[in-house]
Amino acid sequence: MSAKKVFQEAPEEYVLPGNSACQGCGSTLALRWVLKALGKKTVIVNPASCGCVYVGLYPRTAISVPYIQVAFAAGPAAASGIVGGLEARGEKDVTVICWAGDGGTADIGVSSLSGSAERNTNYIYFCYDNEAYMNTGTQRSGSTPAGAWTTTTPMGKKEGKKDMALIMAAHRIPYVATSCSSYPLDLYDKTKKAKIIKGTRYIHILTPCPPGWRFDTELTVKIGRLAVQSGMWLLYEIENGVFHLSAPSRKILENPEKRVSVRDYIKAQGRFRVVREDEIKRLQETIDEKLEKVAELDGKPLFF
Amino acid sequence: METLILTGNHAVAYAVKMARVQFISCYPITPQTGIVEKLSDFILNGELEAVFVPVESEHSAMAACIGASLTGVRTFTATCSHGLAYMHEMVHWASATRLPIIMAVVNRTIGPPWNIWAEHGDSISQRDTGWIQLYTSNHQEAFDTVLQAYKVAEDPDVLLPVMVCLEGFVLSHTVQPVVIPNQEDVDAFIPHEPWKHIIIDVDNPITHGNLQMPEDWFYEFRFLMHRAMEAAKEKIVRCSKDFEKTFGRNHGHLVEEYKCDGADVILLSMGSLADQAKVAVDVLRDEGYKAGALKLRAFRPFPEEELRRVAKKTKCILVIDRNLSPGKGGAVASELKAALYGFKGMPMVLECVAGLGGRDVTLEEEVNLMKQAFKVVEEGGEPSGIIWLGLK
Repeated sequence: MSAKKVFQEAPEEYVLPGNSACQGCGSTLALRWVLKALGKKTVIVNPASCGCVYVGLYPRTAISVPYIQVAFAAGPAAASGIVGGLEARGEKDVTVICWAGDGGTADIGVSSLSGSAERNTNYIYFCYDNEAYMNTGTQRSGSTPAGAWTTTTPMGKKEGKKDMALIMAAHRIPYVATSCSSYPLDLYDKTKKAKIIKGTRYIHILTPCPPGWRFDTELTVKIGRLAVQSGMWLLYEIENGVFHLSAPSRKILENPEKRVSVRDYIKAQGRFRVVREDEIKRLQETIDEKLEKVAELDGKPLFF
Repeated sequence: METLILTGNHAVAYAVKMARVQFISCYPITPQTGIVEKLSDFILNGELEAVFVPVESEHSAMAACIGASLTGVRTFTATCSHGLAYMHEMVHWASATRLPIIMAVVNRTIGPPWNIWAEHGDSISQRDTGWIQLYTSNHQEAFDTVLQAYKVAEDPDVLLPVMVCLEGFVLSHTVQPVVIPNQEDVDAFIPHEPWKHIIIDVDNPITHGNLQMPEDWFYEFRFLMHRAMEAAKEKIVRCSKDFEKTFGRNHGHLVEEYKCDGADVILLSMGSLADQAKVAVDVLRDEGYKAGALKLRAFRPFPEEELRRVAKKTKCILVIDRNLSPGKGGAVASELKAALYGFKGMPMVLECVAGLGGRDVTLEEEVNLMKQAFKVVEEGGEPSGIIWLGLK
């Protein structure tokens, strides 16, 4: 769908001006398009994360649908409760979502998230992934990529990034997708598709973060695009267990000349300043291998 | 109306069913599991129409109850011991969101070493969370208190969650006759109206939990919680009296006196030991001792005024605490002494810590303990620290 059509179809804004997000925030950009896709009859559960800040200080709010904040590890379970409560109340046309950061998803909330998926709770879980604990000042999370500087990995993270989308797919839930705030139409379409599916749906959104990733605030969209164009971040869907590459990622697979080197992505951000040239070379090789495997998987069932 | 022979756990489950609870979320832990097992049966056979969410942890159980309660439906969970400790963060969250969630706590010791038997330390350690805590002494009281808890919790002047506490195995796994009232009477006693202060409604959206700066409203919110706790004292009494009018029973309101008038020594305790204390008093009275017993039913809100009223009648209150705050002592004794301090004509307080880890406190031990207290009173002695009962 084109941006013009989206604005015709969903003119209403649910993320209001005057919110207290940082300049250039990828997460609020993503939430804006997610809520356009979901519409007014949406309830958001937001565990501790940047979302608890950019919604605004009491008694003001920047989100115009019900927005319930809960403790860090409690998002998916609280959402399960709201889903159950609405069921008991006989309300069937409300979409419940959990809007959580990567720490709330990959680390402290992973048990609750896994439990909700195992129960196939009827909600959509969104992880907005800025790849560290940005709300508390950039500490490493399980979702921080190798090489990235954080305040708790001053010489770069040694370990790799936890692959939450595949972990969630292994729960055999009906819909898993990845997206990026720099591809709002991709995110909009995936959210609309998720909305009409029943059961647990999981969408993992890469959301670049200027203060945490150390780049200028006007570059948020560009950095996200570099992540996808370099193959560092893949956009795909796993629908009923079948893997499908999404258009922006398929494009770089089918047209290698459109691929950018991972070096361009790494060098555009201050957080990777401690990464050595030989490490960038190894990372490029890893991505090349990954893309080859992904090409084989496209259109096929992911699990036996 | 009928009388059934029930375990303490099943008595709680019957009360939950009769309260027409709409949402239950739970995680198994001994000795609580009998409650949710029975509730699962009720849901399966159609006796209870409720959404049941079997979560992966107690933290999630309380989070789920919070979510459901935010939609205005009646919720229930049960836990104890390590489960309650694991849930702790959300226990705070529930009360500060002012949600009338009811939780049965089947009191069990917290390890290590592993110990599944009765002790009040698990719920006592949740003292400062802003939950009303009601302790029950027998199966009928556990049943009745669950019904009363919904009435108190959902009162617009209260809107606080309630823990209904019963000791593991001593009550949970033993059987007693329990009078089950008519459903119509229960429906009339606790009609359900969704609370209005916070409710999820897509046509009237709210946000909840937004950040507060120190100069904003946080202090006032906590003041309001405290005021609601204070208001709950009167509501618990009124609820208990209304309950008696409808069902013909009461278990004391905030505290229950037994032969306290003219007693020189009063034994104060909570839970099953408080029922046994009545028997101890009868034994002592037969031997010519002026003994009385006092059951503390509400630990939060703490009924300071009632305790002072009873304290004025006696020379000595002997407290048995089935909990221990290492480095201080038992919680009930500590709080009692604080409640009496500075008021005229207050008696001596002797404190005993006993029954930890489920160790039995026998009738004979209670009687002998009381006799020790009488001796201190007669000899004009004073308290000399914690009395440890049968310490090896």
